Amino acid sequence: MGKWTRRSFITAGVIAGGGLIVGVAIRPGNRATKLSKHVTDDGETLLHTWVKLDSNNVVTAIVPHSEMGQGVGTALAQMLADELDADWNLVEFEEAPAISEFANYPMGKGMLFVGLDMPDFVVPTVDGVLIRTAQALDLQITGGSASVRATGAYGMRIAGAAVKEMLRIAAAQAWQVPVDQVVARDSQMIHEATGRSEPYSAFATAAAQMTPSAAPVLKTPDEFRIMGRNVQRHDLPSKVDGTALFALDVRVPNMVYATVKRAPTFAGGVENIDDTVTRSMPGVVDIVELPPANVSALLGAFSSAESVAVVAEGYWQAKKGMDALNIQWSATDNDAVSSDTIFEQFDRDISAGIDFKSDASQGNVAASIADAAQVIEADYRVPYLAHTCMEPLNATAVVKEGFCEIWIGCQSPLSFRQAVADSLGFDVENVTLNNCFMGGGFGRKSRPDYAIQAAQLAAKIGRPVQLIWSREEDVRQDFYRPAVQSRFRAALDQEGNLTAWENTYAGKMEPTAAPLVPYTVTAKEIGHVPSPTHVPLGAWRSVDHSQHGFFTESFIDEVAIAAGQDPYEYRAARLKHLPRQLAVLKKAATEAQWGVPLAPGRGRGIALQECFGSIVAEVVEVTVNDGDLSVDRVVAVIDAGYAVSPDGMKAQIESGIIYGLSAALYGEITIEDGAVAQSNFHDYPSVRMSKAPAIETYIINSGEAMGGAGEPGTPPIAPALANAVFNATGERIRELPLQKSVMNV
Amino acid sequence: MTVVTVNGIEQKIQVDPATPLLWVLREQLQLTGTKFGCGIAQCGACTVHVNGVAMRSCVTPVSVVVGQNVSTIEGLALSADELHPLQQAWIDEQVPQCGYCQSGQLMSAAALLVQNPSPSDTDIDDAMSGNICRCGMYSRIRKAIKSVAGAQQVESSAADSLEGETNG
Repeated sequence: MGKWTRRSFITAGVIAGGGLIVGVAIRPGNRATKLSKHVTDDGETLLHTWVKLDSNNVVTAIVPHSEMGQGVGTALAQMLADELDADWNLVEFEEAPAISEFANYPMGKGMLFVGLDMPDFVVPTVDGVLIRTAQALDLQITGGSASVRATGAYGMRIAGAAVKEMLRIAAAQAWQVPVDQVVARDSQMIHEATGRSEPYSAFATAAAQMTPSAAPVLKTPDEFRIMGRNVQRHDLPSKVDGTALFALDVRVPNMVYATVKRAPTFAGGVENIDDTVTRSMPGVVDIVELPPANVSALLGAFSSAESVAVVAEGYWQAKKGMDALNIQWSATDNDAVSSDTIFEQFDRDISAGIDFKSDASQGNVAASIADAAQVIEADYRVPYLAHTCMEPLNATAVVKEGFCEIWIGCQSPLSFRQAVADSLGFDVENVTLNNCFMGGGFGRKSRPDYAIQAAQLAAKIGRPVQLIWSREEDVRQDFYRPAVQSRFRAALDQEGNLTAWENTYAGKMEPTAAPLVPYTVTAKEIGHVPSPTHVPLGAWRSVDHSQHGFFTESFIDEVAIAAGQDPYEYRAARLKHLPRQLAVLKKAATEAQWGVPLAPGRGRGIALQECFGSIVAEVVEVTVNDGDLSVDRVVAVIDAGYAVSPDGMKAQIESGIIYGLSAALYGEITIEDGAVAQSNFHDYPSVRMSKAPAIETYIINSGEAMGGAGEPGTPPIAPALANAVFNATGERIRELPLQKSVMNV
Repeated sequence: MTVVTVNGIEQKIQVDPATPLLWVLREQLQLTGTKFGCGIAQCGACTVHVNGVAMRSCVTPVSVVVGQNVSTIEGLALSADELHPLQQAWIDEQVPQCGYCQSGQLMSAAALLVQNPSPSDTDIDDAMSGNICRCGMYSRIRKAIKSVAGAQQVESSAADSLEGETNG
């Protein structure tokens, strides 16, 4: 491990049999000195990368994740404060600055050693080779539902416990008493025999001289005081009075505004621009062509074509100027591609089976099918999806004398900073990135194309620039959830037992486990064929789970019906080997009064999916009246091991359900003439208040390893809904969105 | 020179009168609490009050509001240290996630309660369905609105009975 010694890392040695990398320790002469200038003010002593303790006894949790709505700071601060036995009223948090000393080692560690699913956009930022050899990780990423289960479990808790130990030792030394007589409580060190009591801050300086324990003793759940409690999110007061700072709200003196456009066919370049009208418009400062962006595999691997920017004194003038431009884009090989031709291609490639790669294989599928009493076949499809974060993509950049400062909301500040530096030809040290609150992220804000554009514009114009994408550009230049086709064949014996499960789909991203089914089956073959298109793809809340949840949980429903059995009972009978899954499924069925008959025209559907370390089941109730579909009620159950912030977890599940419901009901990006046909919320709709179902969320604290909450609520909603529609109408939905079917949604 | 009154303060600005109010608020007046979401009055993130009525500022030319009273999220609180009851309810119910749409949600809700202090579920649906929340916090928004409407109802019925006693 070269320069990294065991003593350098606070959590080193925690891994069974490993002792490889872990968290960042802070010792005099070590990283602390370099870090302290970024995070400490006068009177503060830096104890640990993730902990700050000031002279007023205020503890600050320094959080290496971005706030995109999930309440990450609050949950992580709870984990740290609990292990530290801090007074919750004296706890604050701040987001770690985007410098590599704050790379999120615990997240890397969680993903390396604990087998967490790593989202694709994480892999390139840390270099796959290095991952395998467990070396330097340069992470500060928000994604993969990893904050609590990796950073919290492997960083915050250990940091809190280790710091408490150091403070106790320091107190014991100062008071000349045995350490085991010193009690930490509510940010006070207490020695009961002598009646002494002093705030933690009194011992901060002495503690900073110590080497933190590599393996501090962590609390057991019965000792938790702050974890497991509903605490108010720190960031909400600023989100109800308009003062929360999103990147769009940044104001820099002498700033101009810009908007951009790329070729609708993604790859096209600029052939010709007639800018006569635009140049004469008031407020227009310049019209600029920006070069294609090619971002290395290390930073998220994508290439985007040239863009055209209009820069003006105000956004509206820039937008009007853009609308008045007459741009001719060069032809591409894909100008005739449509959603129809794409699905024809998927269909062909699945049938041909060339370069089939297996995800899971067991037993002899062909034999099971040959012996089957019944064989069921079906093809499922989902379309491309855009993210449509509420806050359109934007970034504000200043480039001056070899330095760049950028304000942005993004899910991966370190890789964005590097990408900006690369695009300007600057050393990364000369780029400062300020990460603001994100108005939604959902995976889109892990790709730095908009950061690069802003930086290049600022460099060209020589004035600070706020780049704002129009909603139309946001819808048409996304990195989309892939369109996917999935083909199934199942074999049943005389008793309706599942003897074969065969599934081939076109298009694979990650995680690998997404298409796997938990149910007992004699033989299975699950795999995929490559079928690339020109449409840019990216992570979308829950990534591949969002489509495979719909595919597999709809098809198992078909299988149950074909077997003449109740869909819930059929699933439950095949989960005896997975008690956690079974418990979650049962709880959902019970809370939803599964089995209690519904009025005609109403229906119930159930679905179960495990992803990002958590297991979620959902039951949906619908009413279908004269072809009008109403989603009345959703019951959700999650087992994420342990809920640090129960209400926060419920909010995440509610959010994941509505996000998935928007996609299931309406979400469809179609390709026509090589380009996206939709442009804004009128043709790419979202669920609104009047269509939002009542949601009940139940939490099971199984005590298993902590799982994520941001994504796992999304995958079960589409299949539970489609299964409910079947239950109500007898119509099997094999293609999303539902508005494509006969129903009015 | 265009003169508009925003949050009770008269503002003189040099701007193309066709400019949507949203951009005047955000760029000229530095009132950035009102958000840009779609630019075509589909998402509600830009909702403000004009004479107490909820309007989408992204499609409202500033010329239309000359001489009218515009109020924004920055003017919603009752005073410097007293939040509007809806703002407090938003915190109590832990409504916001990313928070970006919430200025618009709050302004729509506040306009609703002025016109209809005890809205039914359908009234809430009608008033709030112009506001998209991609984080999907609709059930919490509904609950927060109802908690304020309920409290007002309690207050007014208490006042009624008090009045009744006095009269009796």
